[in-house]
This record gives sequence, C-alpha cells and structure tokens, in this order.
Amino acid sequence: MSVALSRLRALTVAVVIGLTLSACGYNRIPTREEAAKAQWAEVQNQYQRRSDLIPNLVATVQGYAKQEKDVLTEVTEARAKATAIHVDASQLTDPEKVKQLQDAQNALSGALGRLLAVSENYPDLKSNQNFLALQAQLEGTENRIAVARKDYIEAVRAYNLELRTFPGVLWASTFFRSNQPMAEFSASADAQTTPKVKF
Amino acid sequence: MPFLRPIAALILAVLVGAALAQSAAADPNFPTLSGRVVDQANVLSPDTRSALTAKLKDLEEKSGIQLVVATVSTLDGLEVEPYANQLFRAWKLGEAQKNNGVLFLIAPKEHKIRIEVGYGLEGTLTDATSKIIIVNAVAPRFKAGDFNTGVSRGVDDIITTLTTDSSDWQKRPVVRTEDVAPALFGIGVPLLVLVIFIFVFVQIARQQGGIGRALLYIWLTSGNSRGGGFSGGGGFSGGGDSFSGGGGSSGGGGASGSW
Repeated sequence: MSVALSRLRALTVAVVIGLTLSACGYNRIPTREEAAKAQWAEVQNQYQRRSDLIPNLVATVQGYAKQEKDVLTEVTEARAKATAIHVDASQLTDPEKVKQLQDAQNALSGALGRLLAVSENYPDLKSNQNFLALQAQLEGTENRIAVARKDYIEAVRAYNLELRTFPGVLWASTFFRSNQPMAEFSASADAQTTPKVKF
Repeated sequence: MPFLRPIAALILAVLVGAALAQSAAADPNFPTLSGRVVDQANVLSPDTRSALTAKLKDLEEKSGIQLVVATVSTLDGLEVEPYANQLFRAWKLGEAQKNNGVLFLIAPKEHKIRIEVGYGLEGTLTDATSKIIIVNAVAPRFKAGDFNTGVSRGVDDIITTLTTDSSDWQKRPVVRTEDVAPALFGIGVPLLVLVIFIFVFVQIARQQGGIGRALLYIWLTSGNSRGGGFSGGGGFSGGGDSFSGGGGSSGGGGASGSW
C-alpha cells in the first residue's frame, strides 16, 4: 500500500513537473520550430505553383512572339535552375542553401518580369484570353509568394527569438541543444519588386 | 515562502515584456468591422448599402461564406495587395476551419480594387475569375464614376461565382483547414487520461493480486459511475445584428485592378 502511495506521489510530481515545464515555455521551441517548417512548406508550395504555370505561359507567348527567343529561353532556363534547388525543412538552418534557392527564385522573377514586359508589345497576345488568365494566375501566385515569405520570416523570427531569449534559452541550452536558429529569408531589393502587370 | 517573491516578480516581468512585444507590431490604421458593408470612404448610397448588406447576409446564411465589402479612405501608403491581406487577417473573415471569407476592397483615393479570397475559396473564386470580375464588371463603372452600380455588379458576380454549383462537371474544391490547438488538445487529454488509467489499473492489479481480479474489482466498484462525456467545439456566429469575423485567414489569393 505504501509502495502504491509513493508511486502515486511520484506520478503526481511527474505530472506537476510536466505542466510546470510547459507553462515555462518548454513546448514553445518545438511548437515554433514546427510552425516555421510549416510556413516553409507553404513558400515551397507557392514557388512550385509558379513554376507549374510557366510552361503554359511560355507556350502561349511563343505562339505570338516567336522572335523573342532570348527572353523565352531565359525564362525556361531560370525555371530549370530554380526547380533544381530543393531545400527541405531540415536544411533551413543552413543559410547558404537558403540563399541559393532565394537567388535562383529571384532570377526567375526577373526573367518573368522581362517576359511580361516584352508581351506588352504584342496587342494580339495581350488580348488573348488564355494569356489574360495566365497573367492573372501569375500575378496571384506572385502575391501568394510574397504573403508566404512574409509569414515564414515572421515564424522564423519567433522561433529564433525563442531560442535566444528567456525562458527559451534555458531549454535551448539543455534539452534542445541540437536546435539551431533557422536562416532568415532576407527580402532582397530584387524580390521586393515582383513583376507588375498593367492592363 | 519568501523565496517565491523574486520568482513571481520575474514571471510578471516576462509576461509584461511579452505583452509589450505583442503590441509593438502595430497594423496600419484599419477601419473597424462595423458590418458587412464598411463604407469608410463614403462612396455608396444608403440604399446600396442596405441592399448589399441584405444580399451578403443571405449569402452567409445559405453557404456560410462571409463576403465583406470595404471602401477605405486611404491605403496608408501600402500597395493594395498587402493592405488587403492584412485587413482580411485583422478582420478574420470566414470560419476558422474553412477559411471561407472574401474581402472586396475599394480604395477610391488610390483608384485600386482588390478581391482578396480566403484559403478555402481559392478553388472556386480563382485569381483569373476575380480578375475578370474586376476588369469587366467593376472597373468600367468606377471609371464612369458610378460606385454604386460598380460595387453591386461586382458583388453579384462574386456571389454567382461562389454559389453556382459547378459540381456537375467538377469536384468541389477541398477546403483547406488549419487545426493547430484542437489537434494538440485532442491527443494530449486522452493520452493523459490513458496514462493515469493504466497506472491506476496496475496499482489495483498489484493490490488485488492479478489482472483478472483487478478487472473484477473495477467492474464491481465501478457501478454506474461510467459516462461523463467530453464535448468540444465552438460554434461560429456571424449573423444577427452584431457582425464579426469567424477566424478565417487568407494567403493572398484573388486579384487586383485599378481604374
């Protein structure tokens, strides 16, 4: 009986410690890490979505503006480069890798911007329904990328802050030693100017 | 216990610090969500406002979709896209689980229009459709200075797009859901109960000397005390006189235009 009682006491203590730990922010590091990873998945998702739109866009433009070979090849190549770089959630702590992806995606943004600018010179293309729909989708996707990036930056900021400030720093230096700060996705000047499409 | 005092002070300091950090990230000066039609820029007639409100209320009662029309006097120097997204999130349009909200934003000063679509409706009210509605139904009327008809036609077209049943030829888009807290809660509580139950069971088995006897003991002593369910879930209310968002979010879907 006394054994049972002492065991019950041990369990109670364990539960109380568990609850106290979670109240002191023990859970916040893994929670925020997962939140940041989920936001990263959303960023990847939107980049993928943009990349899926491009073959269709290139084909449509080609139908009206074959002579714009340079811009079209540039877009296709930039897309190939951007899709070749894949950063999964476990590599987010590597700033080099994240920067590579960012540079490749920025290059693609630039190429797309030039393609859309060139398209302005072809009235037939501009009034093509398919092209208009693609343009709207591309605009929407660029906007979604911007939102997803912003959300990711915020999630990473919250996670990194948790690792470096009290009380998170206590857990980061004891139980979560393997948790490294994630690379912040610096919004470069180039990325700020998404291709603008005017009607 | 005097040693508790510094700890309590520390905890308080941390809490205050967290609260300050929260309030530091201030949003632009958004209008308050006073109803389904927020005419801050004052470009709509009272008749249009009440007609729109009735239409929008009807839409929500039928489909659960929260569509809000907002005219703002300024975009606070922001582009229309981030402004619309932040306003949508501040107002939390649509149900939290379904994200089925739509914001129809008009900025007369900047000559900008945006249809911001919640996550859950991106498959129905697509970017391309939103763009067509803006370019064909809204912008030309705004150009002619007729805000009332422009907004009404835009709302009609959005409602038609959202409610026309396209299930005849295509599957309805699966609503994206975001469940974070309920999922944790849903696993954590039963797990804790299970752990405690196993522990108690083992103790009884030890006392009674065997699993079979423990089962018998539990069965005999349990009586009719079993039961006592766990009910969760909260309703969503947006109707009635007081109107509020339901906790939905948007990831930047939709389209923008200008006139």
